[in-house]
Amino acid sequence: MSIGTFIIKNALRNKRRATLSILSVAVSLFLLVFLLVTLRELTLPPEDVGAALRVAVRNKISIANLLPAKQLPAIERVPGVEAVTPFTWYGGRYQNEEGMTFAQFAMDARKLRSVFGEAKMSQPEYEAFETIKDSCIIGKVTAEKYKLKIGDRLTLDSTVYPCTLTFRIVGIYAGTTDDRNMLFHQEYLDDACDNAGWVGMWWLRVSTPDDMPRVIAAVNKAFENTSAEVRAESERAFQLSFISMLGNVRVLIGSISSVVVFTLILVSASTMSMAVRERFRELAILKAIGFRRRELFAFILAESFGLAMAGLLLGAGGAWLLFTNGKIFAAICFGITAIIVGSSVMTIVRRHYSSGVTGLLVAALVARIGLWAFQNPTISKMTNGFFITFEVTPKIVGIAAIVAAGLGIISSIAPAFSVARMSVVSGLKTLD
Amino acid sequence: MPEPETIVAIRNLSKVYSQGEIQVTALNNISLDIARGEFLTLMGPSGSGKSTLLHIIAGIDRPTSGECRVQGVNVTQLNESELADWRNQNVGFVFQTFNLIPVLTAFENVELPLLLTKLSRKQRQQLVSTALEIVGLADRSHHLPRQLSGGQEQRVAIARALVTDPSLVVADEPTGNLDSHSAQEVLTVLQSLSRTANKTVIMVTHDPKAAAYGSRSIHLEKGELSN
Ligand SMILES: Nc1ncnc2c1ncn2[C@@H]1O[C@H](COP(=O)(O)OP(=O)(O)OP(=O)(O)O)[C@@H](O)[C@H]1O
Ligand SMILES: [Mg+2]
Repeated sequence: MSIGTFIIKNALRNKRRATLSILSVAVSLFLLVFLLVTLRELTLPPEDVGAALRVAVRNKISIANLLPAKQLPAIERVPGVEAVTPFTWYGGRYQNEEGMTFAQFAMDARKLRSVFGEAKMSQPEYEAFETIKDSCIIGKVTAEKYKLKIGDRLTLDSTVYPCTLTFRIVGIYAGTTDDRNMLFHQEYLDDACDNAGWVGMWWLRVSTPDDMPRVIAAVNKAFENTSAEVRAESERAFQLSFISMLGNVRVLIGSISSVVVFTLILVSASTMSMAVRERFRELAILKAIGFRRRELFAFILAESFGLAMAGLLLGAGGAWLLFTNGKIFAAICFGITAIIVGSSVMTIVRRHYSSGVTGLLVAALVARIGLWAFQNPTISKMTNGFFITFEVTPKIVGIAAIVAAGLGIISSIAPAFSVARMSVVSGLKTLD
Repeated sequence: MPEPETIVAIRNLSKVYSQGEIQVTALNNISLDIARGEFLTLMGPSGSGKSTLLHIIAGIDRPTSGECRVQGVNVTQLNESELADWRNQNVGFVFQTFNLIPVLTAFENVELPLLLTKLSRKQRQQLVSTALEIVGLADRSHHLPRQLSGGQEQRVAIARALVTDPSLVVADEPTGNLDSHSAQEVLTVLQSLSRTANKTVIMVTHDPKAAAYGSRSIHLEKGELSN
C-alpha cells in the first residue's frame, strides 16, 4: 500500500457520500461553466467583417422609442457614410407560437448588400428581394427550423403594429453570425400598416473603420436639440448596451455565479468536516503511531482536493462535451446508464431493494439526459437557435479549475485545524 | 546474572487536571523503574490513573511535573514533531477497541507505521508478513477488520504495534472487550513478545487473570502506587 492508496481508500470509504459530494461539485461547476459561457457568448463581439464598418443609430431615450423617417437625408449627408437603411422591429408572431421564435425587421431592401453584406444569397434572390414589395428573406436557421422554402407565403400577426401581413419568401440567406432574422421592405410596412414617417432605428455603413468615430460623433450632433435625439454607436457597443438593457445580464449572471460558488463552498466544507469528525478516533490512532500534523493535514487536503477535482472533471468536462459534441456526451451517458443498470440489477439480486431501485432511477435520469443530448447534439438545437456557438474556452475551464482547487483547499482548512488541535488522548476518547 | 537494563525510569511524576476551581490529581508523585523485557501489568480501580500513566510513558500525554525517561530520552521534553518520530520508532500501541482503520485490510493496517519509514515496498511486505505470522494471522492478511473476530482484530493491532520493532509495547485494556478464549490468545502473544523477543510490554488491565500473564504487577490507587 502506498500513501496514495491510503488516501483514495479513505476518500471512498463512504461511497454514497463521496458520490454525492462529487456530484454536487460537478453539478455546480457545470452550472458555473454554463453561466460563464452564456455571459461570454452574449457579450462576444460580432465576428463578421461587416461589423467593423457598421454603426447603429437609435433613439437616445431607449431602443423602444422610434425615430422619424425624415432623419434619413441628414444621415446620408454625413461624410464617410456609404449606405443607410432603416431597421424596424415588426414583432410578428408566427402561427400563434408563444415565446421567442425569430425576429422580423423592416428595412430598405436595396441597402441589404451594402449594409449587411455578409448575408449571402444567390443573385436572383437578391434581385427578387430588391424588386418585389411584399417579399421577404429569411435566415437559413429559421428556414430549416420551420421547413420554409422559397415561394412559400408567410403570414405574421404583429404585436407592435395593428396589422397582419403576408409575405412572399424570395430568398434564404446565410453567412451572418446568426442566420435567423426575417427581413422585409420598410415601404410595405409603412403602406400596409399605415405607419408613414417612423422607423425603429438606422443602420449605416461607413467607408473605412477609421471613419467610424467621426461618423458617430457627426450623427449624434446632427440631431442634438431636436425632438428625436439619437445615440449612434458601433455595432459592438450597440449589442452591449442592448444586453445591459435586457436587465443587466452581466450583474445577474455574476451574482448567480457567486451564489453557486458560495453555496458550493458551504456544502463541501460541511461534508469534509463531517467526514473528518467521524474519523477523529482513527486520526488519533494515526497520530499515536507517529503521523505528524502536517501529514494528517496532507491526507485531508488530498482527499478534499481529490473530490473537488473529480467534480471538476465531471462538471466542466461534461459541459464541454455537451456543448461541443452532444453525440459523444450521449454515448457516455448511455454507457454510464448501462453500468448503473448492471450494478443495480446485481444489487437487487442481492436483495438490497431500495439501493437497487434508487440506482435504476438514477440510470433512467442519466439515460433521459443522454437521449436529450442525442436529439439535440448542438447548442443551436438545444437552445432553438438562440445560441449558434457555445464555446467552453480554456479560460472558462481555468476559472472552474481555480474554483474547484479553492474549494478543495478551503473546505479542508477547518477540519485540518481541528485535527491539529486534537490531542491523541482526547481523540482516542471520541467514540465512533 | 547481570543487572537487568532499565528501559523506563519515572521520577516524581504528577499529572493534575484543573477544571476551574476543582483540581483532579490523576497521578501523584510516582517513581517507577521498568526493565527491558518485562511484561508489566498496571492494575487498579477505575479512575486511579492507569491510562494516564500509560499515555505519559508512551509519549501521547504530558505530565504536570516530574520526569519520564525511556532508554535515556527524556520524553517529556521532546516537541510535538520529535515526539511523533520517537513514538513511531520506539512505541507500539494496542488500545481497547477500534484499533484498526476499517477500510484497510489487516495487512495494510499493519503496514501503516512503516509508511513513515524509508523502507522499500519489498522490505515493508517482508516485515508485515513476519509480524502477522508472529500473531498467527498470516492467513487473514487480506481480510478487512469487520471480517475478523474481536480477538483477531486485537492480534492485528499487536502486529501493527510490533512491526516497527519498537522496544516498548503499550496496551490499554487490550482484552477488555474479549471473551476469555480470545483474551487468552491475545495475552499469550503479548507474553511471548516479552519472553522471546525481549520487548518491554506494559499492559493496563482490570482482570487479575490477565495480570497473571505478566512478569510483574503494580497497583495504582488514587494516582499513587500501592503494593
Ligand atoms: N481530560 C481530563 N480532564 C479532567 N480529568 C481527567 C481527564 N482525563 C482523566 N481525568 C481524570 O484523571 C483520573 C485518572 O483517569 P484515567 O483515565 O487515567 O483512569 P483509569 O485508571 O485509566 O480508569 P479506567 O480504569 O476507568 O480506565 C480520573 O479521575 C479522571 O477523571
Ligand atoms: Mg483507562
